[in-house]
Amino acid sequence: MASLDDLKKRIASVKSTQKITKAMKMVAAAKLRRAQESAEKGRPYSEKMNNVILNLSSGISDKENAPKLLSGTGQEKTHLCVVMTSDRGLCGGFNSNIIKKAKSYFAKILDEGKELKIITVGSKGNDQLKRVYSDKIIENISFKESKNANYFDADKVGKMVIEKFEAGEFDVCTIFYNQFKNVITQIPQAQQIIPLNNEGEESSSEESYEFEPDEDEILSNLLPKNISTQIFKAMLENSASEQGSRMSAMDNATRNAGEMVDKLTIEYNRSRQAAITKELIEIISGAESL
Amino acid sequence: MSEEFKVEIVNPEKSFLVKNDVSEVVVPAFEGEMGILKDHISIISFLKPGIIKILSKSGDENYYVEDGIVEFKNNNLSILTSAIFNLADMDKSKQQDLLKQAEAEANKTDINDQSKYLADQKVEVLKTLN
Repeated sequence: MASLDDLKKRIASVKSTQKITKAMKMVAAAKLRRAQESAEKGRPYSEKMNNVILNLSSGISDKENAPKLLSGTGQEKTHLCVVMTSDRGLCGGFNSNIIKKAKSYFAKILDEGKELKIITVGSKGNDQLKRVYSDKIIENISFKESKNANYFDADKVGKMVIEKFEAGEFDVCTIFYNQFKNVITQIPQAQQIIPLNNEGEESSSEESYEFEPDEDEILSNLLPKNISTQIFKAMLENSASEQGSRMSAMDNATRNAGEMVDKLTIEYNRSRQAAITKELIEIISGAESL
Repeated sequence: MSEEFKVEIVNPEKSFLVKNDVSEVVVPAFEGEMGILKDHISIISFLKPGIIKILSKSGDENYYVEDGIVEFKNNNLSILTSAIFNLADMDKSKQQDLLKQAEAEANKTDINDQSKYLADQKVEVLKTLN
């Protein structure tokens, strides 16, 4: 059995860990609220954007000459995957869930004999992926400096993706992120952004629009913006998910630490009691022998 | 019959402005300025850098935009933009910053004609604000 001193030290250290996790939980809760708010505020933009594109693409008569961002390059040889993770750890299964989802997708693509290219956003994803897929990672972006997800950063990623697309470096682009459902549940998502996958979604209105200039020109202007918007949406969802995940992870850690302190305290009291009893017995038996 | 319609401006971060009592909006559409009144035909167009004028009972407002898409449908005007500034809140230094950025962009040689045109537009519009 551990000595009394050791037990005391352990109790003290578990208690201080508990303090840290508790503080982290509260910070995450405050940040979560903010992240959730901005995720909600950002929704109208991406929804409206989606709507306009739906209306436009249904209005296009000449499907053959539709912009490549919409219809694809006509082949599916090279896949680009943008894996979006956080820059900080201690957030439960948040990063590993995305990575797991991404890895199973990678395996599928490689099995089919297709080429794979990876862009990682956020340092944690890069750390985990470079062990296995280091030769596939072509770009690693991290937004450690910016406190909150902002459109400017998303635009940077979006522009990079489009540049690579126009240079013919890939045919299909998929982004991986965690969709925020609630504090406990985040669902890892794989969303294809190039070519735009609108199947299954019907245009909301039958009404015909007047276009100025024509559809093609508007579309070619709009689609790159839509890429950035989708990435921005993913970033917002991700940051809300990260805080939610961290909050519940830290909540669990705090509770576990509490349980551990209780257990250790009982053990400590028992061994103290045992030591006293032992001493008493020694004294009594000493007195008796006289 | 009222001659008013609804305008909504959204940027990626939030819903920037919602107004229900608008009588006319002038937007800098790509092929020239476009005034929109009530019962305009449904239209989708995109914007070049310029000034959005919103005329309403509660006063006129002017906004500077760098890009965007307008959609008008059922007397609902939606403007999606990633960069918008209220002229009333914009002071000289902010304006100068934007102008500098735009000029730097316009002076780049490795950009295509369309971005060059857009950057020139920005410079022009910002200069007229002074």
